[in-house]
Amino acid sequence: MATAIEKCVHCGFCLPACPTYSLLGEEMDSPRGRIYLMKNVLEETLSAADAQPYIDRCLGCMACVPACPSGVEYGDLLVSYRMLQERERQRPPLDALARRLVIETLPYPKRFRLAAQTGRIGKALRGALPEAFASMLNLLPEKLPSPLPAPPVLPARGELRAKVALLPGCVQQALAPEINYAAAQALAANGVEVHSPPKAGCCGSILLHVGAEQQAIELARRNFGQFPDDIDAIITTAAGCGSGIHDYELLFKDQPDADRAAAFARKVTDFSAFLSSLGMRERTGFAHERRVVYQDACHLLHAQGQQSEARALLMQIPNLRLLPIADAGMCCGSAGAYNIDQPAIAAELGRRKVASILAAEPDLVVSGNIGCITQLRQQLKSTGNPLPVRHIAEVLWEACAGSE
Amino acid sequence: MNRAFIAALESIYPPQRLLTRDVELLPYESDALTAFQTKPAAAVLPDSDDEIIATVRLCHEHAVPFVARGSGTSLSGGSLPIADGLIIGLNRLNRIKKLDPQQRIAVVEPGVINLSITEAAQPYGLYYAPDPSSQSICTIGGNIAFNSGGAHCLKYGMTSNHVLGMKVVLADGTVTQFGSESIEGVGIGPDLVGLFVGSEGLFGIALEITVRLMPQPELYRTVLAAYDDLGRAGDAVSMVVASGLLPGAMEIMDRLAIKAAEASVKAGYPDAEALLIVELEGETLQVNAEFEQLRGIIEASGAFEIRVANSEEERARIWKGRKGAFSAVGRLSPDYIVQDGVVPRSRLGEALVEIGALKEKYGLDVANVFHAGDGNLHPLILYDGRAAGALEKAEALAGEILALCVNLGGSITGEHGIGMEKRDYMPAMFSEEELDIMQALRRAIDPLEIANRGKMFPGGEAPALKQHGMHPLEKAGVISRE
Ligand SMILES: Cc1cc2nc3c(=O)[nH]c(=O)nc-3n(C[C@H](O)[C@H](O)[C@H](O)COP(=O)(O)OP(=O)(O)OC[C@H]3O[C@@H](n4cnc5c(N)ncnc54)[C@H](O)[C@@H]3O)c2cc1C
Ligand code: SF4
Ligand code: SF4
Repeated sequence: MATAIEKCVHCGFCLPACPTYSLLGEEMDSPRGRIYLMKNVLEETLSAADAQPYIDRCLGCMACVPACPSGVEYGDLLVSYRMLQERERQRPPLDALARRLVIETLPYPKRFRLAAQTGRIGKALRGALPEAFASMLNLLPEKLPSPLPAPPVLPARGELRAKVALLPGCVQQALAPEINYAAAQALAANGVEVHSPPKAGCCGSILLHVGAEQQAIELARRNFGQFPDDIDAIITTAAGCGSGIHDYELLFKDQPDADRAAAFARKVTDFSAFLSSLGMRERTGFAHERRVVYQDACHLLHAQGQQSEARALLMQIPNLRLLPIADAGMCCGSAGAYNIDQPAIAAELGRRKVASILAAEPDLVVSGNIGCITQLRQQLKSTGNPLPVRHIAEVLWEACAGSE
Repeated sequence: MNRAFIAALESIYPPQRLLTRDVELLPYESDALTAFQTKPAAAVLPDSDDEIIATVRLCHEHAVPFVARGSGTSLSGGSLPIADGLIIGLNRLNRIKKLDPQQRIAVVEPGVINLSITEAAQPYGLYYAPDPSSQSICTIGGNIAFNSGGAHCLKYGMTSNHVLGMKVVLADGTVTQFGSESIEGVGIGPDLVGLFVGSEGLFGIALEITVRLMPQPELYRTVLAAYDDLGRAGDAVSMVVASGLLPGAMEIMDRLAIKAAEASVKAGYPDAEALLIVELEGETLQVNAEFEQLRGIIEASGAFEIRVANSEEERARIWKGRKGAFSAVGRLSPDYIVQDGVVPRSRLGEALVEIGALKEKYGLDVANVFHAGDGNLHPLILYDGRAAGALEKAEALAGEILALCVNLGGSITGEHGIGMEKRDYMPAMFSEEELDIMQALRRAIDPLEIANRGKMFPGGEAPALKQHGMHPLEKAGVISRE
C-alpha cells in the first residue's frame, strides 16, 4: 500500500481517465484525490469514516492504472485498503446481514439458486456487493434458467490444438449458464478439448472484492486441486473473476501456499485472450452484415490490459463489421451495488455509454462480461431500444457454427 | 474566513459544490509540487461565469484571498491554496463554446483541457499548437496563467502566441474583455492579453478564452539520435540551430530519464547516455528537403545510432516516452524536484557539464529531460525525503542550478512559472525597479492583493513547506520501502 502511495507524484495524468472525476468534477472523487485520502487515513490525519463515501464511490474500474506514468498500482492499493478497512468497519445491521448473505450464498450456485428461488434475496444482497458482481443480480429473472451442465469433457472437434478447463464461476453460472455453455462449444469448434471439472467452484474473487479476505482464501484454495495438471489454460468468461484471480498474489501474501496460488493464477486466461492467441480456425461468419460495437469490460481492458484480443477475434469474422465508439475506455457504470448506492452516477455513466454506442448505429453489442451486458441491457431498455447485447462467447459460437 | 462570507457562498452554491469539510479540502492541499501543502478554508466548484464573478466580487468585498485552480498540475506551487483563503476550482467549466474552422479559432471555458481543443479541431484539419507534456490534463486557464509551452513551442511559440482574446474577471470584480476574436484586433493599443498571460493568477480569473488554431502539418519527420555523451547531444542542438533549420521540436533526455521512460512506457529507446529527438514538420516538399540536411548534421554530430520514425505509431512511441518522462521518474526515486530554467542555446553543452559537476558536489542524482531547442532545461533532482536534510540539500542544488542559468545569461523559469517555489529567486532575475513596476501593476488591478496572494513576489508569508520526514507508518514499523 505504502509503495503505491509513495509512487503517486500527484501529476494528475489519471484524472481524465476516471469516470467519477469526469462526472462529478471534484478532486475527492478522482484517483489522485482518493490516493491522497487513503494516505491521510493511513497516517491517521483523517478518519476512515469521513473518507469512506469517496472510496465507496470508486467503481474499481482501474482506468487510472494504465493512465498513470508513475506506475501507481491503484488496484493493489484499493484492494488492500478495503481489506484493512473491512476489519474495522462498523456497518449498519442490515448491511452486515446482507454481507453475510453474500459470503454464505453467492459463491455457491446451488445455495444461490435455492435462495434466489425462494425469492427476494436480490435486494438485500445487492446493497452489499461490489460493482463487478452485484450487477449480475440484476439478471435475476422471475424464474432462474435451468442449469446447462457442460459434460466433464467436451472433445475437440477436428485436430486437437489445446486442452483447457473452464472455470465455472458462481453467480453467472446460475443466472446465465448459456455463457459458459457457448464458450465450451466455441472452443471445441476450434479444436480445443474443454474440461469442466465437476468439483471446481467459485474462485473467491467475489469475496475478495467485498473485503472478506479469509473466506476468499478458503474458496480459492478449494479449487487448487480440482483442475487437471496437463491443461494449457483455465478459461474464465467473467472479467471480474479473471482480474480477481490475478489479485491472488496480494490475497495469498504470507500464506504457506502462496506459490500454488501464483501457479494457479498464471494459468487463468480470459476466453477472448486465449482464443485470439490460439487463433480461430472456424469462422464461417454471418450470412448478412452485422454492425457490431464491442464494449470493453473495465476488468478486461484496464485491469488486465486487454484492448485488442476480443476485437481481433471479431474482426476475423466474415460479414461482421466492428464499429469504433467515442470514449470506449470509459466505464459503463455497471450497475448492482453501485446502482443502489450511487444511482445517479451509475445511470449517468450508463446513459453516456449507450449514447456513444447508439451513435455508431450498430445492430449488435458484444461484451466479455456479464456485468456490462446487464447494465447495457437495462440502459437500452430504459431508452426503449431493442438492440441486443450478447457475450462474445455466444457470438463466436454462432459465427463458428455459421448459423444466422 | 468569517461566517457571513460562508453564508454568502451558500447562497451561490449548492452544498455539493461548496466544500468546507476536511475530507473535501485535503485533496486540494497541493498541486503537482507536493512539497508544499496548505489546506484552504473552503473550496467552490463553479458551473458558470456568473458564479465565478459573484464569487470573486464576494472575495473582494470580504477581503478573502482566493486561488484559481485548473487541474492542479502546476509544478511550482502556483495553485497551492492559501490558508484562510478560498480555492475556486474551474475544472467543471470545460465546454468548448465555439469552434470556427473558417476563422481558425476556438472559444473555450477556462477548465477545458488543452488536448480537448486539438481533439475537437482535428476533424477540420486543425490543432491547438502549445503542447505541454501535461496536455492531456492541464487546463487552458492554467496554461494562460503560466504561459505554458511544450516540445513544439520551439517553432510556434508559447501560449501567449496562441491566445487572441479573453473575457476576465479582475481581482476587484471588474469584468472585461481583452483582445478580440481576430488576429488583426490584437495589434491595437497596449497588449492586455499579453499582460494577463503569464500573470500566474495574480490579476484575476480568465472566464472565456479565444485561441488560435493552426492547420495540421502535412508531414512530420521524427529522428531519434543516441549519444554516448550528454554534452555531445547538447552540441548537436547548437549545430542544428546554427544551420538555420527550424525544427518543430528538439528534445534531450539523459540516461536516467531514458531509464525512467523505458520503465514506464517501454518506448524501446536505445541504451545511451543521451537521446536527442528532432522533429521537422510542415509542408511535404519542404520537410523532405530539410530532412536530408538534418540527417547530414546528425550524422556529423557523433551519434552512435540514428532512428527515423517510419510510421505514426513509431512517432507516437518516441513522444510517449518523452511526455511521460517526468512522472515516470517517480519509479526511480521516492521524491524529486523538477527544476525549470533556461540557458542560451549556444551554451547548452556548458550548462550540462556544470550540472554534472553540481550533481557530484551534492551527491544527488539529477535526471535531465528538456526542451533543448529553446534552451529550456528540466533537471529532475532525485532525493529521498526520509533522509534528514535531503530535501534541503535538493533545494540547495536546485538553487545552484538556477543561479547557473542566470549566470549563463538565461532565466529562472521557462514555463512552469514562479509560483510559490521560485519567488525568492526573482531578485536574481529582475532588478528592484522591474519588481516595483510589477507590484504597482498588480496593486492597480488588485488593491487588496487577494488573487493568489503570496505567490510570485519574493517574501510574503512563509511558505507552508512540509518536511518530508519518515512516513508515520514507517516510524511505527508497519511498512517499509524497498
Ligand atoms: C508531469 C507534468 C508535466 C508538465 N509538463 C509541462 C510542460 O511541458 N510545459 C509546461 O509549460 N508546463 C508543464 N507542466 C506544468 C503544468 O501542467 C502547467 O503549468 C499547466 O499550465 C497548469 O495547468 P493546470 O490546469 O493544472 O493549472 P493549475 O495547476 O490548477 O494552476 C496553475 C496556475 O494557474 C492559475 N489559474 C488556473 N486557472 C486560471 C484561470 N482560469 N485564470 C487565471 N488563472 C488561472 C492558478 O491560480 C495557478 O496559479 C507539467 C506538469 C506536470 C505535472
Ligand atoms: S497519474 Fe499516477 S502519479 Fe499521477 S496523480 Fe494519478 S496516480 Fe498519482
Ligand atoms: S478505479 Fe476507476 S473510478 Fe476508481 S479512481 Fe480509478 S478510474 Fe476512478
